[in-house]
Amino acid sequence: MAMRARAGGSPGADPSPTIGARLLSRLLVPVVLLGGLAVALGAVSLFAGDYLLRIVIIIGINVILVAALNLSNGFTGVFSLGHVGFMAIGAYAASILTLPVHLKAVNLPDLPRWLGGAALPFLPATLIAGLIAMAVALAVGLSLMRLKGAYISVATLGFLVIVQVILVNWDSLTRGARTFAGVPPYATVWNVWIWAALTVYAVWRIGASAFGRDMRGARDNEIAAQSLGVSVLRSRLLAFCLSAFLTGVAGSLWAHFITSFSPKSFFFTQAFSIITMLVIGGLGSVSGSVIGVVLITVFSELLRNAERGFDLGFLRLPPLYGASQILMAVLFILVIVFRPAGLLGGREIDVRGILRRMTAPRREKPKEEDL
Amino acid sequence: MLKLESVDVAYGHVQALTGVSIEVRDGELVTLLGANGAGKSSALMTVSGIVRPKAGALSYDGVDLSKTSPFDIVKLGVIHCPEGRRIFGGLTVQENLRMGAMRRADAPAVRRDMEWVYSLFPVLGQRRRQAGSTLSGGEQQMLAISRALMAEPRLLMLDEPSLGLAPLVVKAIFQVIRELHRRGVTILLVEQNVRQALAVADRGYVLVTGKIALEGTGADLRAHPELEQAYLSTAKAHP
Amino acid sequence: MSGGELLLQQLINAVSVGSLYALMAIGLAMVFGILRLINFAHGDLIMVGSYVALLLMMAGLPFLMAAAAGTAASTIAGLVLERVAYRPLRGAHEIAMLLTSFSVTIFLENLAIILFRPTSRPFAAPALLRGVIEMGQLRVASLDLIAIAIAAVLLLGLTLFVKRTTIGIAMRAASQDLLAARLMGINVNAVIATAFAIGSLLAGVVGLLWSARVGKIDPLMGFNPVLKAFVASVIGGLGSLPGAVIGAYVLGGLEILLQGLLPSALTPYRDAFVFAILIALLLFRPNGILGSTEREKI
Repeated sequence: MAMRARAGGSPGADPSPTIGARLLSRLLVPVVLLGGLAVALGAVSLFAGDYLLRIVIIIGINVILVAALNLSNGFTGVFSLGHVGFMAIGAYAASILTLPVHLKAVNLPDLPRWLGGAALPFLPATLIAGLIAMAVALAVGLSLMRLKGAYISVATLGFLVIVQVILVNWDSLTRGARTFAGVPPYATVWNVWIWAALTVYAVWRIGASAFGRDMRGARDNEIAAQSLGVSVLRSRLLAFCLSAFLTGVAGSLWAHFITSFSPKSFFFTQAFSIITMLVIGGLGSVSGSVIGVVLITVFSELLRNAERGFDLGFLRLPPLYGASQILMAVLFILVIVFRPAGLLGGREIDVRGILRRMTAPRREKPKEEDL
Repeated sequence: MLKLESVDVAYGHVQALTGVSIEVRDGELVTLLGANGAGKSSALMTVSGIVRPKAGALSYDGVDLSKTSPFDIVKLGVIHCPEGRRIFGGLTVQENLRMGAMRRADAPAVRRDMEWVYSLFPVLGQRRRQAGSTLSGGEQQMLAISRALMAEPRLLMLDEPSLGLAPLVVKAIFQVIRELHRRGVTILLVEQNVRQALAVADRGYVLVTGKIALEGTGADLRAHPELEQAYLSTAKAHP
Repeated sequence: MSGGELLLQQLINAVSVGSLYALMAIGLAMVFGILRLINFAHGDLIMVGSYVALLLMMAGLPFLMAAAAGTAASTIAGLVLERVAYRPLRGAHEIAMLLTSFSVTIFLENLAIILFRPTSRPFAAPALLRGVIEMGQLRVASLDLIAIAIAAVLLLGLTLFVKRTTIGIAMRAASQDLLAARLMGINVNAVIATAFAIGSLLAGVVGLLWSARVGKIDPLMGFNPVLKAFVASVIGGLGSLPGAVIGAYVLGGLEILLQGLLPSALTPYRDAFVFAILIALLLFRPNGILGSTEREKI
């Protein structure tokens, strides 16, 4: 790569970047981030104990959930409260597909033969689960996306209840309210985080694209957006469906991590914690979502440990189950009151900007005697 | 007396008013003119306490309005009749008027004022049991002004009372404004209808993108060569 | 039972359930109308009132006194909630307020779990409420009749309140145009506090009737009622008081109707059908039955 000589002009001015330099800077950031991630994951999988490993996996899955939620709630302003329903659909669909045949015979004896006789590998099952969630989102979204504000939120809540009722009652498919166990533990730190990285990248790219700009325009001022030819319905629907796909995938990952669950695992408590992470990180900011997830997951884990009560000698705390939820709720309210835009205020971390500022050539300060 | 001194108002990053100084002495009718978006409504909202100034002093009869709640500002007698009428559509005419008088305790005085208002605007009296949303635009404007009058204003602030109304209705409304002025009600009138406004005003200010561009007596402004300039951005031709 | 008697029985059921939903939905509609706030925590007021009443009854107080105290407790809780959690958020974005009310619910529910343990406790209603009146082949629970009667009285009282009293009219004014109300010098804080107080009082009453009906109480008992109250409000048109009442009776009727009409294999899915119908309704009338047919033009 030939570097052109510094162009003329005042001393201290930045040289105009060559093509090579530009390519390098564009690749530099993603490569460094991914490289760092890979190294971190490698270290974790080699050296970390089981507990830490589980936390890292949970963080990865939450990242997918929150980034996907940001795609619909943050970018389009459609505040879905029932997204956990898609997670449930993904979890159940994928698990039914991957459950070993002999377990299916025992636990789900009434499955139709084409389902009961086969067990799919992880990736196809996950993809199918995501697609099923997306199909449901399309069907539901066609009606819901036309509603206004609060009505959409209540309607998505209705959707969640419908999913819940169906899961609890369609015994032959889901074992109803009973635990669905025996899911093969296919989720590892690696495949979860590969999905997480892909999701973050995809959502970030969508956010930065023209489509993302259209969505945000429609969110902020529908009439203006429409006059510019943006189809608000289409952008909302598209975002909703993509978001559902990713959420379904996350559901599958979660199911294959935790290996046993029931319909209750996908109800309001889950919904609330995902929304908390989203809001604290900042609606509309993908990097914010990641930070929100890490902070909240770590924080709530710490709180949950404290819930069991501890004995410090001078300080004894009895078990207080539910205390962690209370603290989370209070924290959430504080954030909403004092910093409603979340930690990052809806903006993205400008990694390149930070790097540029760190590596920019320092201007020589004129010495006092020279003046 | 209402006094604004070098008031700055901003909505987030958008500067609405910069260094605005306005005075309205008791008994005067002062008009605030300007094109759309010049900041006229922001000025009224700041006086009534809905929006707080970023900088500058704002007082009525010596009371610092920037530290007073909108509720207490109304108690001082500063009544803001907002842009777009904003009457309570689901309430009857009578109920709307009652709402204007809500903080007043003297029931007989309230009833007398209601009769006075019906005499100013007979059509409201005819429709007193009808829902506000069934009234025409002009009638709604009359109702909005009447509702403000029911609050016993010492300073009445009217935001674009002629907006969107037919010429005859505008004439009727300005006649009432003239009558109120004659009775000694202090009025701050925000208007886009320059001709009518300057015809009734004692003094006026012209706002251009948040700053006072011109000020003077009604007669001075009418004759001012730059008046039209200040309006050319989005002025509408008024009769 | 003859067809006519069956119909009457079901009608009474529907009106009874609808009455409870109506009392709940009104509280929600009042607050939403003025503040645009969806108060999820409204359901927990039911829980607060019921627990206070239960504790007092266990301490020996007669039912009526315990019930009155429980209702008072709900009212006070609602007022505290307004002052502490919602007033700081006045003027905030709709979503922020929605999420805050969600967190308040989580807070209250978990607090109750810590204080009272998550398991349910039996709620012993007095004999008057547990009785069954027989008229021919008809067996009507006295609780149903009492619920209908109480609801009728309260709804009548409320109608007079919003039509005749100054503060009632002010509440209607504030829910139509909050800014104009402030500019008129209407004491918006007092109006909002009144709306919360009335809504919470109604929730307290509903709580007692609901607990008597179900026979037990638990920390999460408020969740289902508030969701139903929501649906009722949405059906009738969010923010409208008559809408909330109509929506509530429609919902009650719908539930009983589906219960009767659905083949037995599908009755557990009843709630799913109710929500599906709600979504379908919103397609044709996006603003509810009493709302305008104006839709977002997208």
